[in-house]
Amino acid sequence: MALAAVDSETRRNYLNADYSIKSWLLTTDHKRIGLLYLASITLFFFVGGSAAVLMRLNLLEPNGALIEPAAYNKLFSMHGIIMVFFFMIPSIPAVLGNFLVPMMIGARDLAFPRLNLLSWYIFMLGGALAMYAVVSGGVDTGWTFYTPLSTTYLNTHVMSAALGVFVAGFSSILTGLNFVVTIHKMRAPGMTWFRMPLFLWAIYATSIIQILGTPVLAVTLTLVALERLFHVGVFDPAVGGDPILFQHLFWFYSHPAVYIMILPSMGVVSELVACFAKKRIFGYSFVAFSSLAIAVISFLVWGHHMFVSGQSIYAGIIFSALSFAVAIPSAIKVFNWTATLYKGSISYHAPMLYALGFIGLFTMGGLTGLFLATLAVDTHVHDTYFVVAHFHYIMVGGAVMGYMGGLHFWWPKIIGRLYPDGWARLAAAIIFFGFNLTFFPQYILGYLGMPRRYAVYPPEFQVLNVMSSAGASILAVGYLIPLVYLIWSMLRGPAAGPNPWGAKGLEWTTPSPPATENFESPPVVTEEAYAYGAQEVSVG
Amino acid sequence: MSQGFPLRPEQASTIARGVDHLYYFLTAIDLFFTALIFFTILAFVLRYRRRSEKQQATQIEGHIPLEIIWTAIPLGLVVIIFLWGTSLFIRNSRPPAAATEIFVVGKQWMWKLQHPEGVEEINELHVPVNQPIKLTMTSEDVIHDFSVPAFRVKKDVVPGMYTSLWFEATKTGTFHIFCDQYCGANHALMRGEVIVMEPTAYEQWLSGGRRGESMVQAGAKLYDQLSCITCHGTGKAPPLLGIYNKPVKLTNGSTVVADDAYLRESVLYPSAKIVAGYPPIMPTYKGQVTEEQLLQLIAYIRSLSPQEGKASK
Amino acid sequence: MADSHAASALAHQFEDLEQQHEAVSLGMWVFLATEVMFFGGLFAGYAIYRRLYLPGFVEGSHLLNVALGAINTGVLICSSLTMALAVRAAQLGKRNALVTFLILTLALGLAFILTKLTLEWRHDYLEGLAPGLNFTHGGPHAKSVELFFCFYFLMTGVHAVHMMVGVGILLVLVVLAWKGSFGPTRYNAVETAGLYWHFVDIVWIFLFPLLYLIGGRY
Repeated sequence: MALAAVDSETRRNYLNADYSIKSWLLTTDHKRIGLLYLASITLFFFVGGSAAVLMRLNLLEPNGALIEPAAYNKLFSMHGIIMVFFFMIPSIPAVLGNFLVPMMIGARDLAFPRLNLLSWYIFMLGGALAMYAVVSGGVDTGWTFYTPLSTTYLNTHVMSAALGVFVAGFSSILTGLNFVVTIHKMRAPGMTWFRMPLFLWAIYATSIIQILGTPVLAVTLTLVALERLFHVGVFDPAVGGDPILFQHLFWFYSHPAVYIMILPSMGVVSELVACFAKKRIFGYSFVAFSSLAIAVISFLVWGHHMFVSGQSIYAGIIFSALSFAVAIPSAIKVFNWTATLYKGSISYHAPMLYALGFIGLFTMGGLTGLFLATLAVDTHVHDTYFVVAHFHYIMVGGAVMGYMGGLHFWWPKIIGRLYPDGWARLAAAIIFFGFNLTFFPQYILGYLGMPRRYAVYPPEFQVLNVMSSAGASILAVGYLIPLVYLIWSMLRGPAAGPNPWGAKGLEWTTPSPPATENFESPPVVTEEAYAYGAQEVSVG
Repeated sequence: MSQGFPLRPEQASTIARGVDHLYYFLTAIDLFFTALIFFTILAFVLRYRRRSEKQQATQIEGHIPLEIIWTAIPLGLVVIIFLWGTSLFIRNSRPPAAATEIFVVGKQWMWKLQHPEGVEEINELHVPVNQPIKLTMTSEDVIHDFSVPAFRVKKDVVPGMYTSLWFEATKTGTFHIFCDQYCGANHALMRGEVIVMEPTAYEQWLSGGRRGESMVQAGAKLYDQLSCITCHGTGKAPPLLGIYNKPVKLTNGSTVVADDAYLRESVLYPSAKIVAGYPPIMPTYKGQVTEEQLLQLIAYIRSLSPQEGKASK
Repeated sequence: MADSHAASALAHQFEDLEQQHEAVSLGMWVFLATEVMFFGGLFAGYAIYRRLYLPGFVEGSHLLNVALGAINTGVLICSSLTMALAVRAAQLGKRNALVTFLILTLALGLAFILTKLTLEWRHDYLEGLAPGLNFTHGGPHAKSVELFFCFYFLMTGVHAVHMMVGVGILLVLVVLAWKGSFGPTRYNAVETAGLYWHFVDIVWIFLFPLLYLIGGRY
């Protein structure tokens, strides 16, 4: 072990190739850029998370324990904006995708490395604008910026927040563009589409959505900005505009955006289940095509956010039907992951715990999507805590758990060091428990009628709110623990070998951490993905 | 309904039970599949746990019949849910012909309600039990949402247009009204109460309430004050007798229905649609009438039609 | 391994020039797809309001200068021709022709931008047609005329920004072409820039009739 530590320290890799700040800030190495993103989104996660902690503390009391309604409105807006645009959307693609896409296909880097670096700077510029909005007094439009509230009736920092989101959108587009071209054109010899790991299928589908959807958000925010600056009547009915048009334009992007947030996580789960059951994913092509199907159908369902907006019931019926359709591919994936475990050789390392947690929580949360797609029920639960519970089950119980699992899985490869698995499993368990205690009561609160975005509420809702806030405090602890041991691992963790998990995949054939150019010579691929069957793989 | 720990609001309207039944069905499906997946995973993860480093997994590529089964069954289930939910929704969207119409104007951060008899309320809505009520709503500023969980009804209240919902209360009592679309600083305080009363108590309340004239009378007065009659009563403008909800031919050849939205637009933006055979000379009354007054004018014009006809959406 | 002579510049992440060429082309096509969605969003908003407020939009459209718009359209079409000829010249290794055609394209592009800014927009501003700034146009449809001009300035403005970026790219290409950086095996950048330029042209081909030619004139 000690020898291995010395070995990885003296061997030249992408981390120790150059220690200067300039080599980091001007890097075009996809691996370093992935780490730059890791640092940024972790920061944004804790900023957005702090807002959530304050919100849940406030909701301990029906009349607000902590904050005035005006300040509370800013907190939930900022929580949403930061978590959606500056944590969730970049997270897996920009951190794990950047690091892994070239490695998984056997390439030296992405198709456009300088564009990749530019994407990070654009992201940071957007983040800076959003943080400016936060520190200079906040924005209170909700992350959804509904008009005419956001265009005409609010005096807060709407422009800088909208601009921050607008700018960050370009980062998302360019990342997606880079991935699409890379996957199409730079696969190593022998790496056919159907030999790719499923993570790449998921990233590819995500990139399609990023490329086609984000520009519409840009247009929408541009129109909002125009209306605020020049008082023209695009969305304000007082001057002839249509506020519902804003909703159509906004959700045309923002619904596919939620699939940007979940698809990569599903890709990670495929990798984790395969590795920790030592099995090829059951129904590989079904899982691959499901990712594409989700991406396509996701563009057709945006109206399910508008069932009670005053749109025609026929529009509602069509969107409802399509929304049920988009659930089917996700169901197919869940069944295939479960079937993969059958007759597997299953270990319980932390990444696997996160993957299993994802499958369970995503199943429950995804099925509550059916409640919302059902017209008659959505009428009752629209804009209540039921919706809040639904999307947090998918986003946090699903996507974030997948992200944590992926981070823990590829950490030894990225950093070249191990972390203490015992603490990791403990944190996973705490997160799982805290998460459920936080968000399960919210389903009930929602059906009882408690609206979302309420700083104060009728007293009969207090018990469930207190339960939820208690859960939130546990969840917060759960997220802090990995911060501690992962930083410890970076500084003092024992060296990891090339393949501590015994996993299949081109990235595991390189040393940990990899050399800057990834592979000494381009690998030639001769076997299917997840070829665990033939020989025994030993750990270590 | 559980005694100490309610899992759902009171069922206080005719549609509440139907919505709850569908909700229970969905909950059962959710819990069933979650449990199915959870316990299957638990079983596999225990049964096939790695007991030694040498333990091999059995590689299984897939199984097409299984894929078909677990695609077809969810598909069948969602079709059922879709059909059930849609038919409920269509029924819940169509107010009965005999519904009493009450008018709602939302503004930051209060609800103003007008009964046709002229009684006005703020943040409270008195209604008789077992009588269908249709709410026609608009906003003076931003988008709000009128929601009564106990009735399982909800609809956005949008500036520049009319939206509506209907309910028939089945129990007397007091029930929450929530604003369910974030509308600014005091969104959480934009609440109210529906007070459902026995019919006789309601009549008493109605006659004792702050009562000016009925909406139709108020509308007639406005019609007079704003001099509408100088054109609409002399042939210079389309006559309004009997036009409510009837088709109107426009100069551009198209035909529209003279519903609430059309009437409102004609008062505020008269040049948007010109009736065939008439010159575009109507001035706008934007800024001269409030949303409540518009509703009163519409009520008056509607009273000029022999029978109401079906209320517009 | 990376090729070291300056002109061919095989980037280190690619295996060979062919892969690099294909990747760069695909990248530009994907980028253009995002642009279609961006302009598409604007077109959708415009189409919706035009249907709602046709009289005002007709009135607004009649206030635009069709002659200048038509001339500009011709200018852009010619510039696409010169751009295509530039790509051809690069393919054939004809340096002087390449530089000439690039400069012509650039000049035509500049002419378009200048016409738009100094002749059309300035005129519109002086006539009191700039929404939010000095909009003074009256009449029964004033609000929808203002909305029309809002979309007009936004759409032609975004288009003009894309043209300016294109002009900047062309400038860089002219310099590189003069230095002999392009040839029969190394004209990727010119071809890719050509794709971009043609796309910006096509957007204008849609914008012109939609904005300038509503409701007939005679």
